[in-house]
Amino acid sequence: MEIDADKREPSSTELRSIANKKLGYKMLWIVAGSLLFAFALVPLYDVLCTITGLNGKTKSTASELSNTKVDETRWVTVQFTSSTMPGLGWNFYPKQSSIKVRPGKVETVLFEAKNITSRVVAGRAVPSVTPGAAAAHLKKLECFCFERQALNPGETKVMPLRFFVSPDIPADVKEMTLSYAFFSID
Amino acid sequence: MSTTTVAHHDEHTDHPTGIMRWLTTTNHKDIGTMYLTFSLIMFLVGGSMILGIRAELFQPGLQLMNPDFFNQLIGVHALIMIFAALMPAATGFANWMIPLQIGAPDMALPRLNNWGFWLLPPSAILLTLPFALALFGIGDGALATGWTFYPPLSIQGGIGVDFAIFAVHLLGISSVLGSINIIVTLFNMRAPGMTFMKMPMFAWGWLITAFLLIATIPVLAGAVTMLLTDRHFGTHFFDAAGGGDPIMFQHLFWFFGHPEVYILLLPVWGFIPQILQTFSRKPMYGYKAQVYSFWAIGALSVVVWAHHFFTAGLPVPALLYFMYSTMAISLPLAVLFFCWIKTMWRGSMSFETPMLFTVGWIILFGIGGLTGLVLADVAADAQYHNSYFVVAHFHYTLFAGGIMGIMAGVYYWLPKMTGHMYNEKLGQLHFWLTAISFNLTFIPQFFLGLAGMPRRIPDYALQFAEFNMISSIAAFVLGLSQLIFVYNIISTVRGGKKATDQVWEGAEGLEWTLSSPPPYHSFSEQPTVK
Repeated sequence: MEIDADKREPSSTELRSIANKKLGYKMLWIVAGSLLFAFALVPLYDVLCTITGLNGKTKSTASELSNTKVDETRWVTVQFTSSTMPGLGWNFYPKQSSIKVRPGKVETVLFEAKNITSRVVAGRAVPSVTPGAAAAHLKKLECFCFERQALNPGETKVMPLRFFVSPDIPADVKEMTLSYAFFSID
Repeated sequence: MSTTTVAHHDEHTDHPTGIMRWLTTTNHKDIGTMYLTFSLIMFLVGGSMILGIRAELFQPGLQLMNPDFFNQLIGVHALIMIFAALMPAATGFANWMIPLQIGAPDMALPRLNNWGFWLLPPSAILLTLPFALALFGIGDGALATGWTFYPPLSIQGGIGVDFAIFAVHLLGISSVLGSINIIVTLFNMRAPGMTFMKMPMFAWGWLITAFLLIATIPVLAGAVTMLLTDRHFGTHFFDAAGGGDPIMFQHLFWFFGHPEVYILLLPVWGFIPQILQTFSRKPMYGYKAQVYSFWAIGALSVVVWAHHFFTAGLPVPALLYFMYSTMAISLPLAVLFFCWIKTMWRGSMSFETPMLFTVGWIILFGIGGLTGLVLADVAADAQYHNSYFVVAHFHYTLFAGGIMGIMAGVYYWLPKMTGHMYNEKLGQLHFWLTAISFNLTFIPQFFLGLAGMPRRIPDYALQFAEFNMISSIAAFVLGLSQLIFVYNIISTVRGGKKATDQVWEGAEGLEWTLSSPPPYHSFSEQPTVK
């Protein structure tokens, strides 16, 4: 039947095979798209958490001291907790476990870290605020967590945190906890 | 082989024999057989691992293994059962049955199909090799984080984690290739006259599964790749010290992980109505409703993932959203249950082994679904999270809902595939032993979970001893009963009573119009569907 094989029309089987490959390649775009989506989630997740404070994340840079009025009508209790992660030979704790603040008023609290090893150790503090909804309203003017901290053997360092609670904080938030986990970065 | 595939449609001699046949084959039936065989072997491997766990949990205290090895068995058991047993079984059936059911001569992309299968054995080796290496003092064994790879544990883990990451990459590529192939087959290769709304339910289940797979597997691949670079290349995707976030891994993982549940179940939901209508001898009830429910469940499955980590500290509005959306899945699922039961209603039913498995499946999968509703409740989940209640729940969905459904399919189509009837007595014995010992294994685990026994811990408090003992004994009965299944399959492949073309009295569909076993190349001339 196929006397002149070179000039014949492509058979229906061949046409279908071409169509199959085309559709197969199109499907690869979905695969590529969802792979891209996975990596795009990394910055998106960060942005989402910083904007909404969903994950108790606070900004990692200093806030501007805006010209806010101090709200003298209410108190917010801010509690402090601290922990050190394995591999960091430090004692690290807040000098006061909690303070009552007026929203809008700048406060300073002190944290103390002591290197109990015999070598220089560098670490970084990672903050987290509970409840998450309060995270965006905790404004830090100065914090030891903005940069890495290094301690010489046996050195003790008192580290300040200057912050205020934004007066925009929802009225039902009467307490919040600021937790610092100190990680080794060696 | 490529030179000989063109013209010889009716001969069985146009393919290489021996090992080369299996290595080079692009025939959908051969590849389907390889998938199913691989799946059965890995089912036994994964099952033996969990028998080790149940032996350790037979009594409180540590008797047989150290906790690290216990953790390795748990993690690898889950990965094997999900990726190397259940998923290949579903893909094997897809390869065997989809071309036969839609009247196509083969899968659309045969060479891709071959490649998709041959990625599986290396990944199974990658998963289990660390056990062997540890015997020779290399590394500290397999993945010990549970199958979920949660950081920071997975960042600190040994080489087993790296092996598992690469295994997941290979398994993921294999699934994606298989899915693309199935989508293209279903779009381009249907017989003339077979519209989408005339496709068998199994084809529908797989179409949605395939789309879910190509949309979510790459997210898992991305997440474990980030884990790999965190472990070895100094990135900090999930490392809080460097500004990363371990919770983000949970989001990425379960963005894949929840659809994965439906990826495992949708093909089985395709088996069920077909088997029910065969043995009820009346057409399935609510075909359209079932198809739309499949779509609804597929769509909902990608927006509910965070119910797997309610206790990770999500804000209340997010908890409420994920609770309500999760519970919403039960609506289309209830439609499916209704259709299944209505298909049997007033049918002239008979209870051959596939039907026994299917009816048992409906009841047990129902229990799995209802206990899932309990876990979907945020307030209740705070108590049940990470307890044995969760273990029992997902074994009701994945062992009963997944594997028992696959077994129903095996008994249903094995005579078609091999041309021989299986041993009905042994099949029924297998069903009753499986169903009873399965319940005896996992019902005690519901109570253990309610009483507060945490999962993934090799030791437990004394008050849990009796239930654990019952569960362990039943688990061994369950495991050993599967040998009947293996024996029955092997003896059916080797011989037995000849099966007729239709096999079952009430069976309808294109696959039953072919001979049993079907010729090596079937539907070279596509049938027309009215």
